[in-house]
This record gives sequence, C-alpha cells and structure tokens, in this order.
Amino acid sequence: MKDMDKSFRKDTETEFPLREEMRPRTVTAPDGQVIEIDPLRDYFCEEAPKVHRKSYSAIVEGFYNWARANSLWILGFGTGCGAIEMRPLMTPRFDAYRYGIQWRPTPRQANLLIISGYLSVKTLKRAIRAYEQMQQPKFVVGLGSCTINGGMYWDSYNTIKRLDDYLPVDLYIAGCMPRPEALLAGLMELKKIIRRGEAEGANKYAENFDWYKANQKSVIKDWDMPDYSW
Amino acid sequence: MTFQWIQIPYALLTLFIILNYGMLMTALIQKIGARVGGRYGIPIWQNYIDLLKNIALRSKISHGVMFYLGPVFRLTGGIGLILFVPTIYGSVMHQNFSFAGDLILALYFVFFGTLGMALGAAESGHPHSAIGVSRGLSQVTAAELPLALGVFAISLQYQTLNITDIVAAQQGSIFNWTLFTNPLATVAAMFAFVGTMMRAPFDVVLAPQEIPIGPPTEYHSSYLALMQTNRVLYPIAKTVIYMNLFFGGATSWPEFFVKIFAIYMVSVFIGVVYPRFRVEQSIQFFLKWGLPVGVLAILMV
Repeated sequence: MKDMDKSFRKDTETEFPLREEMRPRTVTAPDGQVIEIDPLRDYFCEEAPKVHRKSYSAIVEGFYNWARANSLWILGFGTGCGAIEMRPLMTPRFDAYRYGIQWRPTPRQANLLIISGYLSVKTLKRAIRAYEQMQQPKFVVGLGSCTINGGMYWDSYNTIKRLDDYLPVDLYIAGCMPRPEALLAGLMELKKIIRRGEAEGANKYAENFDWYKANQKSVIKDWDMPDYSW
Repeated sequence: MTFQWIQIPYALLTLFIILNYGMLMTALIQKIGARVGGRYGIPIWQNYIDLLKNIALRSKISHGVMFYLGPVFRLTGGIGLILFVPTIYGSVMHQNFSFAGDLILALYFVFFGTLGMALGAAESGHPHSAIGVSRGLSQVTAAELPLALGVFAISLQYQTLNITDIVAAQQGSIFNWTLFTNPLATVAAMFAFVGTMMRAPFDVVLAPQEIPIGPPTEYHSSYLALMQTNRVLYPIAKTVIYMNLFFGGATSWPEFFVKIFAIYMVSVFIGVVYPRFRVEQSIQFFLKWGLPVGVLAILMV
C-alpha cells in the first residue's frame, strides 16, 4: 500500500543540489562587514512542533469544541480535480456558509485543510508547508479516492497513494469525484468528530513527527525547507 | 462637564451595547447580501462563534512586540472613538467622555487604527501585508481630505468643536440636520465615509483574491480575535460620528440603531453596485471629486 516501489522513492544515494537562494554563502554588507549566511538555518526556525494539551476543564474544552465545530475555516487551497467540487458549496445551491463554514485565503487563519483529490509529490511539498503554518487545532479532510489509495492514479510515477502517511487525516470522503452533497455530509461528520473531541490530528502529527517527516522526505526529492514550517 | 466616577461604568455599558449591536448588524448585513445572491447566509450569531473559536486556538506565533501591538492599537482606535464621542444626545448615561474639543480628537482616532495596523503588519514581515498597508495608508489619507474639509465647514457653521453642541444645534426638525443646512459638507464627508468603510469600490486594501488578505495575512488566534472585535466596533464608531455631525444625532437607542443601520447601508449599496477601484484610481477619485466639494463647502459657509 505504501509508496514503496523503487522508481517512486527518492534516490538517497545521489545528493540533490539546493536551490541557489538556499545555499550557504558569504555576503559583504554595505558597511564592509563580511557575513556568513546559511539560509536554512538563519531564516527559519528549526524547532519541532509541540503537543498542545486540551483545556483542563472538560466543560470548557467541550464549549471550545462546539465553537470549533461551528466555525470551520477552510484554507482556499485546491490540489486536484476535487477543488471544483468545493465551489458549489459557496454558491446558492449548496451554500455551506449557513453551517458556519467559510473559506480563508491564508493558512494562518484557517483550521481545515481539504486535500481535494490527487496529490502530486510537487504539490505535497506545498500542502505540507500550508498544513504546518496553520494554527492548532487543525483538521485535514481527504477528498476523493485518490487520497485513500491513489484511486485512478495508483500507477502514477509522481502521485502519492496514501495521504495518511504524510499528514494526519481526520476524515476521508470517498468517491471519484464525490458530489457536493457528499462533501457537505462529510463536513457535517467532521463537525461531530470535533464535537466529540476526537479531532486531535495536530497533536498526532507532533507526537509522530519523526515518522511523518521520514515518510515525507522519502518521496519529496528536492527537500530544501526546514523540517517544520512555522 | 466635570468628571464623575459613575461615567466609567456608563461608558463601558455603551461600549457593550455597541459591541453586541455591531456583531449582530454585520452578520445581518452579510445575511442580506447572501439573500440578494439567493443564498441562505450565515447564522446571525456566527460572529460570536468565530470570535470564540479564534480565542480558543491553542497555538500562537509572534513576530515581535509590534506584532502584538498592531491589533491593540487598532482596537484602541475603535474604542477611543466610541469613548470620546457622545453616543445618545441628551442621555446622561451615554454621554461618555465627551468634552469641548472632541471633534479634533475624533478626527485623530479615525486615523489611529490604520497607523497602528501599519506598524503591526510591517513587523509580520509578509509581503502581502506590506502591500496592503501601503495601499491602505495612501487611500485613507486621500479619503480623509474631504472629511477634514467637511468637518471644518460645519465647525465654522456651528462655531464650535464640541460634538454635543453640533448635535444640539440640529435638534427640533429634520430640516435642522446638517444634511439640509449644509448639504455640500455632508456630501464631502460621505466621500470619506464610503472610502474608509473597507467595502467595494474601495476595498483593494484587503483584496482577498489578489493579496490574501492584505494587512492581516499573518494574524491568527487572539490577535485576529482582537481585530475582529475592532472590525465590528470601528465602522459603528465612525458611523456614530457621521450621525452626530450630519444626521441629527440620536436621542434614544432605537433611533440610534435605525440611523446607524441606514447610514451603514449607504456604503453597502454603493459597494454592491460598483466594482473595485485600484489604489491610484481611488486616490484620483477623492482628489478629483471629493476635494473640490469639500473646498466648496468651506467657501459656502
């Protein structure tokens, strides 16, 4: 099931050159001082994510979970063909706004990342960055069969098969493609999961950080970013 | 008016009423917009849930001291505007901390939030924030010109800088309103009103599809909650000033609610009809149309 075959996994023998702007270099400042710059170390925070505890009081946590469930902000980031199934949710026919579901343009303000369809390795890199920049608690929904087992992209040389190996998925919506009704039903199901306090994907990600990173790095060929994008 | 301690709880009560009214009114206006588009729209209490959700987020990232202070300054602008302007004319409870020169202070507070936001957004280091803020500052500066001229015109007309006195002079009949006694000043100021309400055609500052979403790009959790609070307070605070200066003020809460809603809807109507201006277009628009009307208003007085 895992993306194990040799043609797909990264060739770990040969070094992949860093992008030019990521290479360490020496720069002469305007005042004549010579500075060593290692972009990956200097520009980014290397710390690993933390596990964030629930609130001490069960009543408070329940209240918070109710608010989280009724104010789902989706990151406006469409990865595959499923992105087009999200548009009808914004318009009169399916109108998801009445359930407290909104779309936000920046990962900082979003709580829900919908991986809407097949995820090529190139997009996986961006999806990981977007996911890591979201604030806890955050949820991931895999939309369509391609996120479950690769779907029609089973044989693809450049598409991941199991999303759960790379990001902690809270809910899958099966189908190729699922119709907007299915998407809406899935979001209602996600609300129930959040209400029950079981949507702790961000903590799962932090706990099993090494495992997720190893999986991610085994397929992303040009890994030139910090381990966790704060 | 001498200071009394009881004014503090009274002012907080005013703030509380305005905050809740703002939460419900902005949701209602979104709902009206949705109904026009054939949608059902958000629940009327959605703003409260969003606010709670943002406060309940577990992790926060800071970009420095100014990043903290940005939303604080912004909220200070909104609250300061409410606290120093009389909300209900003739009411002891909702006079707030109005004083002889409050008109000047109000003009300053209108600008204060934008400046604070500029500092905070610059610290966040996101290019979209910088673009949004530079657009916002240039647009607000251009939009403030007709407002300043309109305000000078009516302070000349009423020979005072005290908002309470200006409201008092407009009592009696609807024809005593500045809207009828000095229509040019009203029109000039309404240019600024439409221009600073962050609605189309002057919402290129936020421009969700172009520079997601401008100054608040990096803001999240409690920071965003502060800004959301300001987002419902500040437009109302600004509308209160316009109501007091040009539309005869309000003598009771029901009158206040109706007038604020009506004045607010002006910007909404214009927003749904006209497409978005680019920044240089909107600046040109204010200088070409707003400014001459303002100058004319002063000359007429």
